[in-house]
Amino acid sequence: MLLLVILFLPLVAALAVYLSGNKLAAKVALVAAVAEFGISLVALQHLAHSQFEGLSYTHAWIANPNINFSIACDGLSLLLVLLATFLVPVIILSSFGTEQANARSLYALILLMQFAMIGVFISTDGLLFYIFWELALIPIYFIALLWGQGKDKAFIQTATFKFFVYTLIGSLFMLVAFIFLYTKAGSLSLQSLYGLSLSPMEQLCVALAFFFAFAVKIPVFPFHTWQADTYTEAPTVGTMLLSGIMLKMGLYGLLRWLLPVAPQGVLTLTPYLIVLSVIGVVYGSILAIQQKNIKRLLAYSSFAHVGLIAAGIFSLTNEGLQGAVVQMLAHGVNVVGAFFAGEVILRRTGTLEINQLGGIRSIAPRFATAFIIIVLASVALPTTNAFIGEFLLLFGVFEYNTWLSIVAGLTIILGAVYMLKMYQYVMLGEKRATVSAFPDLTASELAVFAILIAAIFVCGVYPKPIMEIAQPALSEILKHTLG
Amino acid sequence: MRALTYTSFLGIACLVLEIFNLRKIVVPVVILALLAILGLNFTEWNGSSVSFYNDMLRADNFALAFTGLLIVTAAGLVTMSGSFYDAEETKLADYISVIIFTLCGGIALVSFSNMAMLFIGLEVLSISLYILAGSKRRDIRSNEAAMKYFLMGSFASGILLFGITLVYGATGSFNLAQIAVYASGPNVDPIFTVGVIMILIAMLFKVSAVPFHFWAPDVYEGSPTLTTAMMATLSKVAAMAAFYRLFSVSFVNNFAGFAWILSVVAAMTMLVGNLTALNQDSFKRMLAFSGVAHAGYMLLAIMSLYHNSANALFFYTVAYTFASLGAFAVGISVMKRRKSEKIEAFNGLGKSNPFLAVALTVFMLSMAGIPPLAGFFAKYYVFFEAIKTQHLAVVIVAVITSAISVYYYFKLILAMWTKDSEDIEATTGSMSYVAIAAICLVVTLALGILPSLVPSITQLASK
Repeated sequence: MLLLVILFLPLVAALAVYLSGNKLAAKVALVAAVAEFGISLVALQHLAHSQFEGLSYTHAWIANPNINFSIACDGLSLLLVLLATFLVPVIILSSFGTEQANARSLYALILLMQFAMIGVFISTDGLLFYIFWELALIPIYFIALLWGQGKDKAFIQTATFKFFVYTLIGSLFMLVAFIFLYTKAGSLSLQSLYGLSLSPMEQLCVALAFFFAFAVKIPVFPFHTWQADTYTEAPTVGTMLLSGIMLKMGLYGLLRWLLPVAPQGVLTLTPYLIVLSVIGVVYGSILAIQQKNIKRLLAYSSFAHVGLIAAGIFSLTNEGLQGAVVQMLAHGVNVVGAFFAGEVILRRTGTLEINQLGGIRSIAPRFATAFIIIVLASVALPTTNAFIGEFLLLFGVFEYNTWLSIVAGLTIILGAVYMLKMYQYVMLGEKRATVSAFPDLTASELAVFAILIAAIFVCGVYPKPIMEIAQPALSEILKHTLG
Repeated sequence: MRALTYTSFLGIACLVLEIFNLRKIVVPVVILALLAILGLNFTEWNGSSVSFYNDMLRADNFALAFTGLLIVTAAGLVTMSGSFYDAEETKLADYISVIIFTLCGGIALVSFSNMAMLFIGLEVLSISLYILAGSKRRDIRSNEAAMKYFLMGSFASGILLFGITLVYGATGSFNLAQIAVYASGPNVDPIFTVGVIMILIAMLFKVSAVPFHFWAPDVYEGSPTLTTAMMATLSKVAAMAAFYRLFSVSFVNNFAGFAWILSVVAAMTMLVGNLTALNQDSFKRMLAFSGVAHAGYMLLAIMSLYHNSANALFFYTVAYTFASLGAFAVGISVMKRRKSEKIEAFNGLGKSNPFLAVALTVFMLSMAGIPPLAGFFAKYYVFFEAIKTQHLAVVIVAVITSAISVYYYFKLILAMWTKDSEDIEATTGSMSYVAIAAICLVVTLALGILPSLVPSITQLASK
């Protein structure tokens, strides 16, 4: 029951928000999202005390082909559900204080997206997973298209359309793979897929189809070309949803649906996949250094960070997987914080061009402090949440191959270069004309930063519970993958 | 099979109403009568599959299910015809009775068990459509469409008749079951194979599959939009079901030889239909090519002919019919107001009439096969059947073309939501269009969430 409530509350809330009208929409959405977070904490407590009733539900759905509506929540799923339920209220709160056109539709779409993303994280039937996976695409497409920030409307259309088609093509190959698996297994439940024995060739094809779908979403080099444009053009709430939660769907897909379902295929492909991921790490960092726009810079930095997470997953070591889980959560929090900092600057100055900004720190000290903490967390300073994640990831890659880990380790140095350089140009130095009137943070903005910074330090100082919750699920995945 | 008898009477009754000058009540009366016939139709559901008129027709579940779908489609078309023909009130009853006769042809086509009935059904359906295509007498494009459709249609009928004759020459029977007995026998005359190929060509013609699709776009564009809607839904579904019925009963044992032809045709149909649709700027032409492409996806079900694929085909036709009918309802309403059939006519609909815009967006997404809408499961089922019968290569083509199709469906969505129009007044549209759009919207969403609502119709094929 509990899990059903967690899944369907955002859907009901989306409807309520839409009906509540433009004036109340934001507040209703926030209340619903906070309630949703509270309920998912209850689920966490159940899981921590090993009370598994209420954390899985199965109901016959389609008789022929035999598809069940089955959802379940283990540690890995729950952590990602928590990430979604934690970030959505923060994202909603971050939009307070700005006028949104047609607010009720915007907030309804955000909650609809939350519904779909939670569905992705807890589905245990392949077709259900696929449906939620695709469903998540529709709200974010419209959020990016209709509330987009770019000045050039035609470019928004091109960018968002590219994003849609790109991810759709990837997904369709996944659908073919699922249908193929169904003809072999007679069911798409996780257990039956985990227990399936396929020939090496079949596994390779299935693994490639799945990888393609997930790689576009994550994105892994060379499937990343939709990302920077979409992140830049989308409204900041959309960018936060995309980078904070949605790309974790791809990483989660790797862990839950790719590795254990087609293990031999994965083992054959690992050398290539891990190299692609590491290329993404370095390439993304280099691109980020050259960016002149804060949002684009953050988009490429995000590309680099998730490349490292993917590399950790493909190292197929316990440390790599643990690091991936910790870093997925950490990256979600940090990237939302970083994009929010960009949004704060945009609201006050109307620009995100780095060379037009400067000297903000002298007039907005509170914002400067919050921003530097987010920056330091992004470059994985010890005691922040990303440190432990990146350490474990690099350790995992190191166990796989020393040289690769050294190359991947560049991300920390390069990350420090572009993040600190950006901070220096934007916040320090001489005060520029654009920032002449730069009021410090408002109460709601301060609240957003305070919540995110609290999360950064709590997870950074005491990450053990996260790892403990994830461990059983990860051991299970590794057992199926490595045999 | 009482449905066929009663619908024929209903068609005549329409004309009688006209004589007694009861034009005003003709639409509600016909809708109620159609719903009553729909109810009667399903009293025979899961019955003993009785045959009628010396085994001319057979009322098995396949026939009853498709009859039901056709009746619902016709009821939708009749509902819209009230406001569609508002400029020609005096002819309303005539038009409606022709729609009902088209339905009769369709019912005969989905329930025949004799080649003669197949031919009669196809002719009744086609002749009614020729009339409707040319019903805008003063519009030169309507005349052109009727002429083209008539020439191409009679050509196809001729080929069909030739094929039937050759098959009769080889087997000595028009009866499907007896032909099947001959076809599975040891000595199959080459004449028989030639006959089957001619029948195949005629059927491909009727369902507008590549390379016999070239008539469709011109005819669709020129005909009055309501007739276009009818060709895209009622006529296409009936022809597709007839195609399936013929091959699954009579030629199933020789099917291996035809399957590869069909797989090539299906792949080409999907490719040509979707690629040509990309460049269209007219709403009707775009839907015409999208209809060609959908015929390709439906051919996947016929290609993987075995006992479950009838279900896949039925689901696909249901999903396709409701999405198309809904799209035409919105389209007619918008095009009438803006007096243009271009896609630009839909600019700014998201602001001026959000409900119609949301509905049309859902229909487009459903046709593109995005979950959780009916069109997704439709594609899922036909892909499933095709993969099960080892047609993986065609499915890959289908997947790639599905992704291509998103491009033109989104052209419409983008026009509605991101472009602005000078005409910002609320486009209310007539109630009947809104009602049809609403019903289609509900069905499209409901079948996406609960696809099991569509019943299994495999009673026929298991025999």
